[in-house]
Amino acid sequence: MNAAAETMFIAEPYQVAGEVVIECNVAKIFYGDFLAVRDSVVPIEKKKITGFIGPSGCGKSTVLRSLNRMNDLISVFRFEGSVMYHGQDVYAKKVDPVLVRRYIGMVFQQPNPFSMSVYDNVAFGLRLNRYKGDMDERVQKALERAALWKEVKDKLKNSGLSLSGGQQQRLCIARAIATEPDVLLMDEPCSALDPIATRQVEELMLELKERYTLALVTHNMQQATRVADTTAFFSVDISKGGRTGYLVEMGPTGQVFQSPREQLTKEYISGEFS
Amino acid sequence: MSLFNFGDSVSPISGPPSALEYANDRIFRGISWASAFMVIALTAFILWEVGRQAAPAVYAYGLDFITGTEWNVNKGAFGVLPEIWGTLYSSLLALALGGLFGIAIAIFLTQDFIHHRLSLVFRTVIEMLAAIPSVVFGLWGIYILIPLLKPGAEWLHDQFGWFPLFSTDLAGPGMAPAALVLAIMILPTVAAITVDAFHRIPYKVKEAAYGMGTTRWEAILKVMVPTASSGILAALVLGFGRALGETMALAMLIGNANQISLSLFSPANTLASLLASTFPEAGQLEVQALMYAALVLLAITFLVNVLGQLVQQYTIRKFEGK
Repeated sequence: MNAAAETMFIAEPYQVAGEVVIECNVAKIFYGDFLAVRDSVVPIEKKKITGFIGPSGCGKSTVLRSLNRMNDLISVFRFEGSVMYHGQDVYAKKVDPVLVRRYIGMVFQQPNPFSMSVYDNVAFGLRLNRYKGDMDERVQKALERAALWKEVKDKLKNSGLSLSGGQQQRLCIARAIATEPDVLLMDEPCSALDPIATRQVEELMLELKERYTLALVTHNMQQATRVADTTAFFSVDISKGGRTGYLVEMGPTGQVFQSPREQLTKEYISGEFS
Repeated sequence: MSLFNFGDSVSPISGPPSALEYANDRIFRGISWASAFMVIALTAFILWEVGRQAAPAVYAYGLDFITGTEWNVNKGAFGVLPEIWGTLYSSLLALALGGLFGIAIAIFLTQDFIHHRLSLVFRTVIEMLAAIPSVVFGLWGIYILIPLLKPGAEWLHDQFGWFPLFSTDLAGPGMAPAALVLAIMILPTVAAITVDAFHRIPYKVKEAAYGMGTTRWEAILKVMVPTASSGILAALVLGFGRALGETMALAMLIGNANQISLSLFSPANTLASLLASTFPEAGQLEVQALMYAALVLLAITFLVNVLGQLVQQYTIRKFEGK
């Protein structure tokens, strides 16, 4: 339909008013021979929540995971372009992905606590970074910020896997923020949670943005309107046989949802396709 | 057969299962039950028969059998302490070596060090190791391993003879070749089960580890190994169990000497190889004593399995919260 007409469509660059922490400039992302994402410029603003929305297979998760080089775990992954983080390209040859991930933390779709105690889960990153200060205090603070402390303060020695799904996800958030990372990437963090747990995590995101920069992939458009300051809409290019995703439109969440510039965006947010 | 038949008016396609299908169901269930009970009955029968035949010896020697150090038919003296020691010592040595290498191999094969097709080749080779008959290992040990070990053992004994592990010379068969061969024999068991334990770890756990900014070694040692710990323990327990009961290779390699020594190079004996090497010429009295020895071996393997289960359940509770 419309996508076919706009074969080489490239989104208008989003002009950011505030300070940009990550300037993501995707030229091409490949999995093997498969072109997964092309031509997408996504600036991530400091202490804001940037939401990534779009239909399945549009590459929003791929782009998010490129920001801290998580995709390097996939051997056939290839990134062309740059991800400028504090003036440095995280894809530069001399950059160790391990280092990038220590500053840009991540929360995943499925809660994935380690099979160790609640305490050890949160202390994991601190120990990894050879933190010398008061470990107990840090762990407590992280759990408080993750809105989990009250529920687990009497069972810190229990396995992290003994918690409920929503608690596990907040534990993963606590684990990610214990080391005070600069940026927190969240890849559909609520998709495995029930509505109440989802609400808790959303409230948590709003609190977290006081301290951290957040980027959020979500399947749920209501979630984007509830929490994201800026929204990036991705779509897929089915015209050339492949399924190549690209950025269609990016802007302040209100504008993207109320007066989208692109027809594709309009159709998506009005639910005409998913 | 069926209680209800809603008839064609409800659905033209849906209908009750036929009488034959119900019968099949019942037959299959019966066979399953029978098979399960057969296993229990067989185990009970073996234990009962070994116990019954050992009974005269149990009454005659009591606990002296376990604390005694002499096995002499002519004197009517039967004691298996050296064999118990030899069994545990050789198995522990084998477990330490085979366990360490087995786990290391499993890590190498599962943690993206090599292409997964190459790792399949490695797995096949390791499984072939498990298929080598025990007696072949025994022959290999006698004609290849022992001559290979001799110079090193001699040197160790000359240089560090004061150290209990090297306090004797390797004259031929002995603890070191026996334990080494045992280690090779349990290695496939440990490696295969540990590989499975690592394969069972969901991908999301690996992602979580790397997402925290771990290096590969940190991810493996701090996340993957603890996550797989209950499976690794199961591998070690099974490997240990196999080492305890291994017979043929040990009977050929350990030297069958009733003595208790820490030295790696002195000959020793194990319960299983005592049974294997003594029964052909045993009279009635000695057969009873051998049955008693078999009972002791059964008790040891049973204890090891129960202990292993307990430790495993503890780790599952501690790490996985189940």
